[in-house]
Order: sequence, then structure tokens, then C-alpha cells
Amino acid sequence: MLELKHVGFETEGNKEILHDVNLTINDRFVAITGPNGGGKSTLAKVIAGIYTPTAGQILLDGVDITNLSITERANLGVSYAFQQPVRFKGLQVHDLLGLAAGKDTTVNEACNYLSEVGLCARDYIDREIDASLSGGELKRIEIAMVLARATKLSIFDEPEAGIDLWSFQNLIRVFEKMYERTRGTILIISHQERILNIADTIVVIKGGQVDKVGPRAQLLPCLLGSADAGGACSVLADKVEGVRG
Amino acid sequence: MMDAIEKKLLKEVADLDALPVGAYNIRANGQPGGRHTTANIDITTKADKPGIDIHIKPGTVNESVHIPVILSQTGLKDLVYNDFYIGENADVTIIAGCGIHNCGGADAQHDGIHTFYLAKNAKLRYVEKHYGEGEGRGKRLMNPTTIVHLAEGAHMEMETTQIAGIDDTLRKTSGDLAAGASLVVHDKIMTTGNQHAIADFAVDLNGDGCSANVISRSVAKDKSQQEFISRLNGNCACAGHTECDAIIMDHACVLASPQLTANNVDASLIHEAAIGKIAGEQLVKLMTLGLTEKQAEDQIVNGFLK
Repeated sequence: MLELKHVGFETEGNKEILHDVNLTINDRFVAITGPNGGGKSTLAKVIAGIYTPTAGQILLDGVDITNLSITERANLGVSYAFQQPVRFKGLQVHDLLGLAAGKDTTVNEACNYLSEVGLCARDYIDREIDASLSGGELKRIEIAMVLARATKLSIFDEPEAGIDLWSFQNLIRVFEKMYERTRGTILIISHQERILNIADTIVVIKGGQVDKVGPRAQLLPCLLGSADAGGACSVLADKVEGVRG
Repeated sequence: MMDAIEKKLLKEVADLDALPVGAYNIRANGQPGGRHTTANIDITTKADKPGIDIHIKPGTVNESVHIPVILSQTGLKDLVYNDFYIGENADVTIIAGCGIHNCGGADAQHDGIHTFYLAKNAKLRYVEKHYGEGEGRGKRLMNPTTIVHLAEGAHMEMETTQIAGIDDTLRKTSGDLAAGASLVVHDKIMTTGNQHAIADFAVDLNGDGCSANVISRSVAKDKSQQEFISRLNGNCACAGHTECDAIIMDHACVLASPQLTANNVDASLIHEAAIGKIAGEQLVKLMTLGLTEKQAEDQIVNGFLK
């Protein structure tokens, strides 16, 4: 169980990105959504330890992880898939899968992880994680790394971005299987209706705060019907309405 | 008989646990340490100066030659001239390497001057690894010079590595290529402490359709200094590419100086040089996999030099 208590985050220039975020995450599949610039990615990074919160407390299964490093949180069972995966010159797919799994992976094991994300291990295991891989390939490998880690909390920052050609059905299947294996919690930041549609709980982050939280059945219809989801100014809203009209 | 230190050096530079298969010549502390020739590969000692001549018969394929050099005596300065003659249409691998263990107070130095003559359509893979160890105050110095002459259609691939323990090195590599010949160089170097390394490449592209690709990857740590100089001279219709990619850490200094000269309108020459520290997001990514910052740094450096 992940608990956020009064979590706040300010940048060095004192710009407040998150304000008094209170959240308890205990479901198998939680989707965080909300307008761009609302603080979703920052929240994910604060949970993974990439940013240290400037206020509040984060608890993982009752353990206060607020001041723990990225490494310590990773070893306690937090995984994080980047929205824009990092490239490495020289490091190969099997190197990173091995680091993720915490042991040297065999071709068969690598095949298990890679086939889940629609890649053939034979073609990819020796590929360098460098500019020779496309954005979509990198994204899938990033997800495969989280699969290999099999931790209790897996955070995905907009996993659907960059994999347009890959059917969302496959992506959803990956998350379902991951849950079966880890008995953990999957926390996904997403704008995609089809991702929100498989979530147990939906959290809407807006203006650096929790705007809404609740079961999907309750929140999704209201989100889809809301013209306010983008948080646009009145001028923009009028123009959007004009186009729609 | 080799002692434990010499055996370890041999393992480091030539990946050998025992005597190699095929032709070999081992030089230990300036003295012959074993030699084996085959029906196609002859090794003879030079009469006029220290060193050996290696003759590989035309058409020799799938054979290899190991020529490791190891130094474990402090104060020894070793200079050798090794000449390699690769016959027409041969396709062979030569594995050279030099390991210095210096636990004394005086400098230990090995300077190897290797000249390669590749005949028409000969193919050669040349692997050279330099390694130093030992706690002594004496420095471990290496100044390898490699000169390659590639005849028509010849192809040479060089992999040179210096990962640890050499205090001062000047690596000079020069080559000339006839029509259709190709040269590929992969140079890897890591310097630490107060080490200083210079890699100086000069390639003359003389025959139509020839090509050269000189690629360097380096890591400079602590207060070490590196210089990378690569000169490609395109004298005909040819293709040349040179690339230096360096990771700089701590208080190190890296100078990259690729130079291109086109003396022919059909010479196509490209250079690339990039020097930078390890990207913060790379460290963060590996830390999210459970590695400490130091472990992440080591993984990135090892991968970069792999």
C-alpha cells in the first residue's frame, strides 16, 4: 500500500508543482490522469524518489520512504518506467534486462519479458540501447525492464506514448499479466480512455492537487463527459466549442 | 616457466590461460618465452634489431597468431620491431598485447613498433590490448606504433584497448590504402589518476574506392589527460570517417582533434567528436533498477567501452 500524506513539491525557483497531495493507493490498477502540466509526472517522480518532496510524507507498506534515495526505494520494490526512455551507448538490451532482474538473464528469460511487449528476443537481445532503436522499441524495452523487476509497485509514466502502431489491447494484456505475477500495484499515468477503462481507481490531478479520486465506474463517465478536463481558459474553451459546434 | 604474475599478465592481455592454439611468439622481460609456427605461418627472429618477422602464406584462412609481450621486471625498457607480411587472399587474426607488472621503483617501458604489409585482397583482424598493474612507484609506460600498408582490396580491422594501469602512452597509428582497400579502427581507452594518453592516427587514402573508419571511445577519470588526434587525407575518390566519443569525469581533460584533408573532389570525409559527462538521466535510470550511483556509473562506463 502506498500512502501520500500532505505531499508538496516546489522547484528550486520556488514554483509550486504539487500542493498538499493526499492519496492512498491500494488497488491493483490505478490510473492517474488530468490536464497537461497538472503535476502527474512530478507526482510519479516524487514517488520513485527522483524528486524529493518539499513537504509531507510517503509511506510504502507502512515504511516511511520520504527521505530514501532512488536506489533504496527501488530495492524496497518501486519500479519506474520513464515517459522518455534513456539511451545508453554500449549497453545492450540483455545488460539492462539483467540489471532489472537482478541477475544475468538467459535468452529464454529475456524472451519471456520481450515477447510480452511484442519484441523477439533473438532480434533484440544484443541490440545496443542507443540511437539505433526507435522510440517505440525503446518504450517497449522500458516496459520489459519493469516486467523483469516484478516489484510490488510499478509506475508507468504515459506508457502508451510512442507505441502508436502497437495495439492497446496488447498493452493492457501486459499489465494484466504483470499483476498476476507480482500481486502488486500498477500505477499508470495516462490520457488514454482505453487505459483508464481497465483501472480499478482513477485519480485526477489538476493544478498540483488531487482533484478527484474514485472507482472507475463512477469517475470515467464524468471525465469523458467533462468539457473542463483540459482546464482551458474561457477564450480557448469558447474556440474549442466553436470548432465542435 | 612462467610465474603467477606473468601468467596473470598473459591472461589479461591475450586472454590466455595456457599456450595458444596455432602460431605464437611470447616475449617475457625482453627474452623469448616460447614460439610455435605452423605450415602457413612462419615466425623468425630479426637479425639486425630486436623483434620478429611474421610471414603468413597467401590463401591462409582461419588461422591465428598470438604475440603477447609481458614485463614484470622493474626498470626494464623493451623495444621491439615486429613486421607482419600477410599474403594475398589470406584471412587471419593476430592477437597482440602487452602487460606490465611493475612493483619496483624504476620505470618499466615497452615500445612496440608493428608494421603490417597486407597483400592484395588479404584480410586481417588485429587485436591489441594494453594493461598495467603493480604497486611500485615506478611508472608503466607504453608507446606502440602501428604502421599499416594495405594493397588493393585488402581489409584490416584493428581493435586496440587500454583499460587500466598504463601511466603514459603515445599510440601512433598510420596507414596507407590502395584502391578498394579498407581500414577500420576501434580504439578504446580509459585513463585514471594522473595518467596521460595520446592517440595519434594518420591515414592516407590513396586508391580509388578505398575507405577508412577510425572510431575512438574513451573515458577519462580523476586528473588524467587524453589527446585524440585523427588525420584522414583523402587523395582520391574515397570515403573516410573518424569519430571520437569521450566521457569525462572528475577533473580530467580530453582534447579531441579530428582533421580532414581532401585533395580530391571525390573524397568524402566526415568527422565527429563529442566529449561530455555521464548524463544524469542515465544514472537515474539505472538507480531505479536498484543500482547505487557508483554502480550505475561503473555500468555506464563499462558498457561504453565494451
